[in-house]
Amino acid sequence: MESVVARAAVWLAVLFIAIMASAVAVDSAFAIHMVIVALAAFIALVATLRGANYSAKAVASPHDPSRYDDDPIRWGMIATVFWGMAGFLAGLYIALELAFPVLNFGEYINFGRLRPLHTSAVIFAFGGNALIATSYYVVQRTCRARLAFPGLARFVFWGYQLFIVLAATGYLLGVTQGKEYAEPEWYVDWWLTIVWVSYLLVFVGTLVKRAEPHIYVANWFYLAFIMTVAMLHLVNNIDIPVSWVGSKSYPLWAGVQGALVQWWYGHNAVGFFLTAGFLAMMYYFVPKQAGRPVYSYRLSIIHFWALIFLYIWAGPHHLHYTALPDWAQTLGMVFSVMLWMPSWGGMINGLMTLNGAWDKVRTDPIIRMMVMALAFYGMSTFEGPVMSIKTVNSLSHYTDWTIGHVHSGALGWNGMITFACVYYLVPRLWNRERMYSLRMINWHFWTATIGIVFYASSMWVAGITQGLMWREYGADGYLVNTFAETVAALHPMYILRAFGGLLYLSGAVIMTANVWLTIAGRLRIEEPLRSAPHDAAADRPLVATPAV
Amino acid sequence: MNATSLYDALRHMADSWGLLAMAVLFVAFAAWPFRPGARENNEAAAKMIFRDDDHGE
Amino acid sequence: MTAHSTPMLERHKKLERNVSLLGLFALVTVAIGGIVEIAPLFWIDNTIEKVKGVRPYTPLEQAGRNIFVREGCYVCHSQMIRPFRDEVERYGHYSLAAESMYDHPFQWGSKRTGPDLARVGGRYSDAWQVQHLKDPRSVVPESIMPGYAFLAKNELDAGDMKASLVALKDVGVPYTADDIAKANDDLKAQADPMSVPAELQKRYPKAQVRDFDGDPSRLTEMDALVAYLQVLGTMVDVNSAAAQEDLAKEKGR
Repeated sequence: MESVVARAAVWLAVLFIAIMASAVAVDSAFAIHMVIVALAAFIALVATLRGANYSAKAVASPHDPSRYDDDPIRWGMIATVFWGMAGFLAGLYIALELAFPVLNFGEYINFGRLRPLHTSAVIFAFGGNALIATSYYVVQRTCRARLAFPGLARFVFWGYQLFIVLAATGYLLGVTQGKEYAEPEWYVDWWLTIVWVSYLLVFVGTLVKRAEPHIYVANWFYLAFIMTVAMLHLVNNIDIPVSWVGSKSYPLWAGVQGALVQWWYGHNAVGFFLTAGFLAMMYYFVPKQAGRPVYSYRLSIIHFWALIFLYIWAGPHHLHYTALPDWAQTLGMVFSVMLWMPSWGGMINGLMTLNGAWDKVRTDPIIRMMVMALAFYGMSTFEGPVMSIKTVNSLSHYTDWTIGHVHSGALGWNGMITFACVYYLVPRLWNRERMYSLRMINWHFWTATIGIVFYASSMWVAGITQGLMWREYGADGYLVNTFAETVAALHPMYILRAFGGLLYLSGAVIMTANVWLTIAGRLRIEEPLRSAPHDAAADRPLVATPAV
Repeated sequence: MNATSLYDALRHMADSWGLLAMAVLFVAFAAWPFRPGARENNEAAAKMIFRDDDHGE
Repeated sequence: MTAHSTPMLERHKKLERNVSLLGLFALVTVAIGGIVEIAPLFWIDNTIEKVKGVRPYTPLEQAGRNIFVREGCYVCHSQMIRPFRDEVERYGHYSLAAESMYDHPFQWGSKRTGPDLARVGGRYSDAWQVQHLKDPRSVVPESIMPGYAFLAKNELDAGDMKASLVALKDVGVPYTADDIAKANDDLKAQADPMSVPAELQKRYPKAQVRDFDGDPSRLTEMDALVAYLQVLGTMVDVNSAAAQEDLAKEKGR
């Protein structure tokens, strides 16, 4: 009872502070944000009071018959699908803006404001929700324990959604720090810090109360992801607000130091948010879906330590040939090239898990998605080290090649593995026999794959064209192309890229329908994906001898 | 020690003993999970995710 | 746990079973790279060249910079010229670390959907900049840049520039007490063709004082942004003999 009163008091206080801050705000964007915060606090207050158990001592969901606390995971799946759609749609729109600039209507949806919205929506909203939901699922199953601090676990979910809403509306209103992938302003950063520390508490708390002596490798990756993101976020977002009731702040770091701190952050947002966290998904869901233990557990140990040690050094490769001192650039390049090894170690570990079960690639579209995700992981973690070599980088940097590289990783690896996890989790979380339609998963697989091919290949061509045209000299010793000519040359590639994005988005629409109908309890009667004729010679027991 | 020589000293260390120490450490760490005693634990750990079904009991 | 394995061999297993130990080891492992790469930049002396001419932005330039950040210009325009023949010929002398030492945040960028802006100051007339910002394709038909006509309509609401300069001073930009006290007046004076340039130029050397947006009767966001664009890359006289001599002494960069 006391805790209900205390929590209600906290929300009430937040509500009052937000209303007052909104009233005295020095800029309108801050006032709008404080209204959003006030609304969120009001909803939290009502939920706290309505959820109060006045007759008995509150026990964490006593009516839940299952051993695990799955409510936040179910919400997380829905949020993942929702924000995925929002992020892909924003991506398609800005791709079209680059191909057809007339689409930049007025100030709010100009490319410069929508692009951070797109990147944050796909990385932090789509990816982040997938990470939080799957980590809650995996940590409970592998620890054989319910989530620690169930109230806090719910706060993490809703608090994270508030962070996304504040960040996204902020970009449209022009509230930004101007640092890529770290655009949210100071008060949104503070809010995320509170949410993230709560997330760490829930995750570590669950690990502490586990009934299983061993901590499964997926949890190591989740733990490293949560801790490192906290470290990066705190160091990169040290700001001095201009006013305590205004949205503008100035970051502590400037110039060359600012650049390195930012790309140390930026590259490790890729390394820990989009790699370590998603590898955690791989280490649990690929073996589970394949029905076989991970290929080599000892390789996974090396993979873990090598990956987290090497990744953090790679940031300076975003600053080759800039005013950053040479020694730092060289360190960044060397570690980026070394990073190729643990990355491929991880990919091989994931793919070889299917040893002896490769036939499932034909029959199980979820496995097929996982294999494609790992293949794209392997491709982009090979492409990355190549692009971090200074001579290659001198051509590729500042061009669309970088954009293509990012998307082969984000669409291919992060997207595909997340879709596979959604398809794995939704039937289990809502107690359905299977997804509404396996054939729709197959359609999703192909539209997404072909979409990525269009995207990546058009951006390779665009990037290399751009890089070569910029440095092209004529026999007269003068530059051949004006900058405007290089822009015009890319037009067809920008259209092809938008088409690839459209295909990828259509795949996600199919997924949304499939998830919706599965949750609604529908089951499509359909032919199995492949019915092979009986082969007597092949009809013998498989002897599983996994190399551990 | 002025700043340039500090840079030179660090650079010298990084290019010689620092590099050697890192290489030795790397080999030691990479060999570590392959020690003979680890096989059994690793096999058990890899299979632990299959022991229960998804919803516990 | 096997009976005959030695305690030495049990150590990683212990790590695999102890959350705080695993967390601590992981944190130390990920901290090393950042510390080794970032910390020296703050105390190794050759990180930022010692060149003359870099000064803090005037209040109007800083207000323009805030608009540059707000509109996300950095997602398409870099401000970092690399030391290659084609870039130096296209954009000017390669960028120096000193030139962005008062940039909070830095705006080096990562993508050139449009050209580099590190030395765009003085390359085009104010009228060209205004026309190009209002309707990019009216001056560069191939351009895919969004239009920013609304900047010319919006009155400049930079907030309290005193508070901005105080915050910037807190993060290390050497504004004087005088600069801060006069911040709001300086903001207006720089875009006012009637004001006396010498007063501002005493504290902000080489500051350009004039009406930037072609409408002297109003102080708009366009004034601020164009003032910022016109100062980019102009503070250090990179091709002067003194600067070249300083740069020749650089090593380890």
